Amino acid sequence: MDALLILTSGAYTTVQDKGRYGYQQMGVPVSGVLDAFAFYAANMLVGNPDNAAALEITITGPCLEILTDAHIAVTGAEMGMTLNDQPIQGWKSIRVKSGDILNIQQVKSGCRAYLAVSGGIDVPQVMGSRSTYAGGKLGGFKGRPLQEGNMIQCGETKLLTKLRQIPSDMIPQYPSEIAIRAIPGPQNDFFHEGLDTIFQSDYMISAKADRMGYRLQGPKIKLREGMPKSIISEPTMPGGVQIPADEQPIILLVEQTAGGYTKIVTVISTDLPKVAQATPGDTIRFEKVTLEKAHSLYHDQKKLMQTIADQLSE
Amino acid sequence: MHTGLFERAFFRIAGDHGLLVEYGDEIDFEVNTKVRTMAIIMKQHTPKGVIETIPTYRSLLLVYDPSITNLAKLQKELEKLEKRLEEIQIPPPDTVEIPVCYGGEFGPDIEFVAETHNLSVKEVIKLHSEPEYLIYMVGFSPGFPFLGGLSEKLHTPRLETPRTFVPKGSVGIANNQTGIYPVSSPGGWQLIGRSPIKLFAPERPNPFLYQAGDHIKFKPITLEEYSRLAKEEEK
Repeated sequence: MDALLILTSGAYTTVQDKGRYGYQQMGVPVSGVLDAFAFYAANMLVGNPDNAAALEITITGPCLEILTDAHIAVTGAEMGMTLNDQPIQGWKSIRVKSGDILNIQQVKSGCRAYLAVSGGIDVPQVMGSRSTYAGGKLGGFKGRPLQEGNMIQCGETKLLTKLRQIPSDMIPQYPSEIAIRAIPGPQNDFFHEGLDTIFQSDYMISAKADRMGYRLQGPKIKLREGMPKSIISEPTMPGGVQIPADEQPIILLVEQTAGGYTKIVTVISTDLPKVAQATPGDTIRFEKVTLEKAHSLYHDQKKLMQTIADQLSE
Repeated sequence: MHTGLFERAFFRIAGDHGLLVEYGDEIDFEVNTKVRTMAIIMKQHTPKGVIETIPTYRSLLLVYDPSITNLAKLQKELEKLEKRLEEIQIPPPDTVEIPVCYGGEFGPDIEFVAETHNLSVKEVIKLHSEPEYLIYMVGFSPGFPFLGGLSEKLHTPRLETPRTFVPKGSVGIANNQTGIYPVSSPGGWQLIGRSPIKLFAPERPNPFLYQAGDHIKFKPITLEEYSRLAKEEEK
């Protein structure tokens, strides 16, 4: 069913779900949303399953004509937004009708917003996922970011009987100085002082920051004396902090499968949404946590998400 | 004899969802065979909570769900499976023949490769298309095969400045490696030819023509054959 007509595309708007698993061994990265928490909340607000595809909107949003009766929700980055020229808020469900104009403008805080529509964005599943992998020209809407004039379909759905809202104390803040928790490894043994450097210094996010990774600027991270500058190519995880030849760290994200540089630490999965919402010029400070701590934070995050789902569906 | 194979697997922590398992410290047939065999046995007996298993040259990455399993359980499972490796029959490798039109505009670096090694372009083509190459791993971009077995007479360093655009199908050399670009991307390999065959087609039930462990054999073709095959592929 035709649901959205793109009038202007915004800076970089793509269709994403949780990602494409099972093909990294063939060089196909997982892709998927960078901020899994905001994406989850958006789907819960409109009554969707937790993996329904949504639009990931970066820095400047699109302007869309709504072509069907539906519920929508925008979560994640705070963007200036209007529906038929009337200001609207994020983190709540909004009833829309055919002919409505939704205008998502400039980001005020954060970096990426998620627009969920009841029924979910319906693009063909490619290798088990609707996520766009622009580098491989696959998935999403014709394997690329949305453009003016594109017609987006949505799945069938029942409308909500009651509007939903995320309680304000559960809405994350996106400050420009952020603490990111990370676990040493996989190649922490290649570093000595470098580990002190990364956990004790401020790093600025450079302009080279996209879905493949964020290049940071700050004190150089030195390998231990005599350690090789590169390693035999191996798989990478989202959140891996790679140290390339210029000794400036790169936080690897979801459009990368393998690489031949050492990873000194790995950002915990619970904090990847914070990275997703950081923009060039923001400051990152890494905080060391153990694997056990990271797992307990992951369980807490899952519980929080379940609480949100339970409260909203009441 | 030193083989590069570790006596015991070496575990590395790759964040709260990843366990990296190393079986050796070299690009080596025996090490790579161990990695691939472990990947096969993991596929047959996937431990609970394992989302994805990614084999590369000498290591295996397990992506897991920490709400279902943990490091200690995974390590135990892996050690148990490793003891059963003898039972595993590695399926015989497929040999995939890939037609390549060498030189000309498709292989802008073939003359540089030839000059570097005091060879004629013809000799480069012969040396490159003779062997059956083992696919050690697939990665970097969808379907990109890292091949072992390139003749020493062809080892050539990467370009000093990578190209911002390498057309899909391009066949290249980087030091002791050779490979093909299944999708257009930036790249720094010395380009010696191009294949008209679609190596990666996400719309096909099986999007790939080969996997790690298979062999690739390049077959030199003329420009006319290239055009004919390219047209057939488009259908």
